[in-house]
Amino acid sequence: MLIIKNLHAEVEEKQILKGIDLTVRPGEVHAIMGPNGSGKSSLASVLAGKEGYHVTEGEVTFRGKDLLDMDPEIRAREGLFLAFQYPIEIPGVSNVNFLKTALAEIRAYRNQPALDAKEFLRMSREKQKLVEFDAQLVNRSLNEGFSGGEKKRNEIFQLAMLEPSLAILDETDSGLDIDALRIVAGGVNKLRSKDNAFIIITHYQRLLEYIIPDFVHVLYNGRIVKSGTKELALELEEKGYDWLREESREQEATITQ
Amino acid sequence: MSTQHETAYPLYTEVVNEFDKLTAAGRADKARQTAFERFRLLGFPSIKHEDWKYTNITRFLKDEYALVPTVREIPAGLVEKATIPNLDCYQLVLVNGIWDGQVRGGNLPGGISIRRVNEALRDPGTAALFENGKWGNQHFANLNAALFTDGLFITVDKGADAAKPLHILHLYTTDHNLLVQPRHLWVVGANAGLSVIESTVCTTTGEAKVWINGLTEIVAASDARIDHVAIQTATAGTRLVQHTTVRQKKQSLYNNYTFTLPGADLVRNDLQLRLEEDHTETHLYGLYLTAGNQLVDNHTLVDHQKPFCFSNELYKGVLLEQSTGVFNGKVYVHKDAQKTNAFQQNNNLVIGKRATIDSKPELEIYADDVKCSHGSTVGQFSEEALFYLRSRGIGEATAKALLINAFAFDVTEKLKIGAVETYINQLIRRHIPAEHA
Repeated sequence: MLIIKNLHAEVEEKQILKGIDLTVRPGEVHAIMGPNGSGKSSLASVLAGKEGYHVTEGEVTFRGKDLLDMDPEIRAREGLFLAFQYPIEIPGVSNVNFLKTALAEIRAYRNQPALDAKEFLRMSREKQKLVEFDAQLVNRSLNEGFSGGEKKRNEIFQLAMLEPSLAILDETDSGLDIDALRIVAGGVNKLRSKDNAFIIITHYQRLLEYIIPDFVHVLYNGRIVKSGTKELALELEEKGYDWLREESREQEATITQ
Repeated sequence: MSTQHETAYPLYTEVVNEFDKLTAAGRADKARQTAFERFRLLGFPSIKHEDWKYTNITRFLKDEYALVPTVREIPAGLVEKATIPNLDCYQLVLVNGIWDGQVRGGNLPGGISIRRVNEALRDPGTAALFENGKWGNQHFANLNAALFTDGLFITVDKGADAAKPLHILHLYTTDHNLLVQPRHLWVVGANAGLSVIESTVCTTTGEAKVWINGLTEIVAASDARIDHVAIQTATAGTRLVQHTTVRQKKQSLYNNYTFTLPGADLVRNDLQLRLEEDHTETHLYGLYLTAGNQLVDNHTLVDHQKPFCFSNELYKGVLLEQSTGVFNGKVYVHKDAQKTNAFQQNNNLVIGKRATIDSKPELEIYADDVKCSHGSTVGQFSEEALFYLRSRGIGEATAKALLINAFAFDVTEKLKIGAVETYINQLIRRHIPAEHA
């Protein structure tokens, strides 16, 4: 589904990704962990097509197509979804209107018939229930005055509505209390299927107790320095990230020699 | 004194000739004469006048205009163009400033009277209401007061309140260049209520231009409540200059909502609030969405003369293509007007690469115990919001349209009538072109 090869990227002329290789197949859940500033969120931004990130080397193929060549909206219409670490508040745009517009444009791109008002409402209700999203919030302005937890749940609600084939969750767990975390994770688990895939970016192992990943990767200094199964997350929780720094320093030393 | 330059326009000569004709016919009363003398001194404004510094109207004054409106059939579709769907209202239609005397939408409730200004002037009691020489240095208000043709004289008796809003359709139609000067006076009695929605629409044949120089006077007696919505959509070839003076008495409430949309070549609104007694409340909301070569200028004045008055102003502008916007918000707090609360905000979204905005808050405060604030911003689309929308599959053009609607929302949400809010939002959407550069 997603093949990342030797991806290098910079922002404001600062190298932030220094050769990422990652392959995600349908049905898989990948967790990307790492200390602050290791490039986790930058990877998410580069994949979603955020302005200001420049790919200097490497390639990304999404469902057989060159992802890096697409505008952000095309990536979304092709089935990529980014749950934002800090969802944006847009006063004056209602959540409902926003989702209707997004669905309409995505469906038109895929040559699917437009949903009528009734079908949209039915779908919206069903998904609200699935991710335990308050019906009152649906009619409010997009994220305006939402609590941190409500914003994150809105991201998962959008994910449920847009049904992407690959969802990237960028530190969705940050700032969530345990109940909100359980609800968000529950939503994701219900949306998992053999046809879609998830990349879960997180700083802590906590979220991975609720969403069990198939693979865990450790990102450090713009590179994936270690990959493994869910046990790796536990190991990180126990040992922290300091050992990585030492290991990485040794590696750098070897390279320089 | 007017200079050679400002009197050299053919329009100036036409105006002088027209006033001579009026005098010869014995119809130039004292009020008209005073106003005309004032206009003769002032001439037409140029950018040398502080109030017109950013609004150069020279190119519009060069055309010749006829001064007497001919009564014409209403062109097909023009009423529909101005009608607001699902609005329960009394509808009045004025063609080239002249009302046909009909009220559509049911009988007016007791206590509300609507007459033509020309008819009201025959009555010496009401004629006195029009006699004031207070137009100061307002070039166009003086011109109107000298040569106005007709308009609406509305009175609401003490304690009366129309259950439904009045929707006034100002239709303009001409096949030759025409200057129309409607004058209105609305007096809302003590503890009475009035809700007015005005729509200005035009249709001209060929290259014909229409210049509308409107003058509206509104009096809110003590405890009166007025909601006043103005929707200015007009076509190319329209020059719209509207002066509105509102006089507020004790504890009265006046809300104004002014929407200017693409169409007219020139729009200049002078909205002046005279807070003549204490404890009044005033809200001014404005939204201008400009496109093409439009020049849209909103000049507001809130004149706090007495203590304990509250005024709040929010004007928002979206400037597309190579259009020009001007906002000048003056707040004047007299020495007597202690405990004044006066707030003003003007925010602009400049989208067209060649669009410009001149925004000027102007506060003059002579009282020492007041709360006044003003703010002015000029910005572009939020890149973060744009990316968020696009990351959900929404194309760039649609995303921008959503953000423009959202920007306007602060103003449109203030409208109290749902049908009007829906209508305005549709107008905004219709006027956002696919390409914004």
